[in-house]
Amino acid sequence: MSTEETHGNGSASAEVAARVERRWATIAVIIIVMMALLAAFAGIHRATMPQPRVETTDPSRIHLSGEFVESNLGSVLEANGNVTVRAIGQQYSFTPACIVVPVDTPITLRATSADVVHGILIQGTNINTMLVPGYISEQLMRFARTGDYLMPCQEFCSFGHEGMWGKVKVIDKIEFAGRAKGGGRLSCVGQ
Amino acid sequence: MLVNRKLILAHFWLAFAVFGIALTLGAWQMFIRSPIGTWLSNPELYYRSLTAHGTVMGYVFPTLVAMGFGYAISESALEQRLVGVRWAWTGFWLIVIGSVMAVIPVALGRASVLYTFYPPLIGNVFYYLGVVLVVVGSWIWVALMSINLRVWRKAHPGAPVPLAMFANVAGAYLWAWTAVGAALELLLQIIPVAAGLKATIDAGLARVFFSWTLHAIVYFWLMPTYIAYYTIVPRAIGGRVYSDSMARISFILFLVVAMPIGMHHTFADPMVGAGFKFIHSAFTALVALPTLLTVFTICASVEIAARLRGGRGMFGWIRTLPWDNPMMLALAFSFVMLGFGGAGGLINMGYQLDASIHNTQWITGHFHLIFGGAIVIMYFAIAYDLWPHLTGRELIDLRLIRTQLWLWFIGMIVTTFPWHWVGILGMPRRMAYFDFGDPAIAPQALSVTFSAIGGFILLASGILFLVILARGMRAPQAEAGPYRFALAVHQPATVPIALNTHALWVALMIALTLTNYGYPILTLAMTEGTSVPAVYVGAQ
Ligand SMILES: [Cu+2]
Repeated sequence: MSTEETHGNGSASAEVAARVERRWATIAVIIIVMMALLAAFAGIHRATMPQPRVETTDPSRIHLSGEFVESNLGSVLEANGNVTVRAIGQQYSFTPACIVVPVDTPITLRATSADVVHGILIQGTNINTMLVPGYISEQLMRFARTGDYLMPCQEFCSFGHEGMWGKVKVIDKIEFAGRAKGGGRLSCVGQ
Repeated sequence: MLVNRKLILAHFWLAFAVFGIALTLGAWQMFIRSPIGTWLSNPELYYRSLTAHGTVMGYVFPTLVAMGFGYAISESALEQRLVGVRWAWTGFWLIVIGSVMAVIPVALGRASVLYTFYPPLIGNVFYYLGVVLVVVGSWIWVALMSINLRVWRKAHPGAPVPLAMFANVAGAYLWAWTAVGAALELLLQIIPVAAGLKATIDAGLARVFFSWTLHAIVYFWLMPTYIAYYTIVPRAIGGRVYSDSMARISFILFLVVAMPIGMHHTFADPMVGAGFKFIHSAFTALVALPTLLTVFTICASVEIAARLRGGRGMFGWIRTLPWDNPMMLALAFSFVMLGFGGAGGLINMGYQLDASIHNTQWITGHFHLIFGGAIVIMYFAIAYDLWPHLTGRELIDLRLIRTQLWLWFIGMIVTTFPWHWVGILGMPRRMAYFDFGDPAIAPQALSVTFSAIGGFILLASGILFLVILARGMRAPQAEAGPYRFALAVHQPATVPIALNTHALWVALMIALTLTNYGYPILTLAMTEGTSVPAVYVGAQ
């Protein structure tokens, strides 16, 4: 930009202004299109997309029957070698409070809330989902390292919210398989 | 020509008084959750405080600023006495009554639902009714802005609407439609339950309604700031607006694309499918456009001022800017915070990146940087600029004003940067305290301490701001002359009808909202069995 355009005679400087503006507007649009393309690429290429289906569940009955009864909560080794984790959040804890999973294995987390809105966040990962009563949240996950992770409730769920911290224990694959032999639901509560 | 100075002053004083209270609460909250103040034995007090802080800062404070500023713009830009003064006072008193009505249950611990409500948590019904009154009061202002412009148009057929008023009315329409989402949630879902007429509520649907309001409300908060960028700053530093039409296009874009983007707040929620999340994500990208255009136009406008002062060279002109002018300082700080906050916003925009920071302290850092930082610092600047015209007295101590702005900028950086950092580490937000004795959390203690210190710097700045305004009320009298807005380099003699009226854009805004929200809301509303029992806050 030069000084002429600020005091130049009417139409000539207006033309300069319009041209500079057009150029900037084009750059701005390109930036935005690039961002959208990057998001689409990451979504398609890495398959990190939000859950596609909306599933519902009646929270007043989850303790009595269906997928989220107490005996079905925890981690289970599926026939294809994948792992499914089922959990619920309620004021002010997760069940199970400690989730145990094998390292380097495709895991599906299925979770819901028994009362108000909660959230599951596993620190040091990008595993992060809301638990809304009446709806089932599904999240795919996979851990590259063994170790212990903190899993706080990230959504305000009334006065005890700050005390709602779960744990995730990522263990060796063989160790997990050994524990899962009986086909039961695993957790690390009390360990 | 500011005739109704008392009306405008009443709005600003009430806005800044409640701001002072909420700011104090905010500083206290940061102190007690930091490792330096872990003596709080009752975390419940923290959530009362958090609810009050959010409700005031989110609804009452920016609404009053927009209203007061809107009345000032209407009178001075249109050079016409405000039509409907009695209604304006009615709106003001509705906000006063609503605020008092809402704050009592909050103080009693019967409405600790934060300003985002969180059904099926249900607080005392008077809290929600208070919020509704605040919104209704502000809708009177929306109607008045529209009516005043109409009266002016009738007297000036075909003339270009002054930019400040064009933007002001766009902001008013945006707000009117933005607030509908939360209004529907309150009136159809929450209030019947809070009043005891119903016992169940669809929490997922409520979250979708709220997301309708929750993002676009930020652009309503932003409007006074953007109006100040375009129509005050260039005049105050002796420059010109680079382009009148670019400004109009920016405000129109806000009006159209700020609305259908709120579902990016529900990326991690189970009740909205991936398709609508992607659409809202794309619209969120689009709404970066008016800000990018604004950054360009304002930088060019500032450059004009610098070159008029003899600035030369590619970047040499920056030195010749009037840096001792508080308006220049406020603009620079605002842009820096907008830059960092905006970059953070682009990260939140996409599902893939959002997953790592959703609902962490990062988000708190992000919106404090945008709202508390970039936006509020311009609210200060607006007040400083308007005060002499409202009081008939001069604000003399420019050094004190500069100190106040510096403190706010430093305080905001010291507060929000550590928040971003601990957010990346996975620190959740809205927590009354942390167990810093836990070895996994201990490394975050230092960052949280910095944030608390930042909070007190902000508090000091806020107090200084109130002191400067209060002193301005008692300064020696000096007539400030008529209140003026910046002129464009090419002040338009005529403006194309699309850039001079709002009807088309309001229609587009409504149509886009209906297409982007209508289907998800309808399907959720028709899904059976998703209503869950209400959980009453503070009930035994
Ligand atoms: Cu919780």
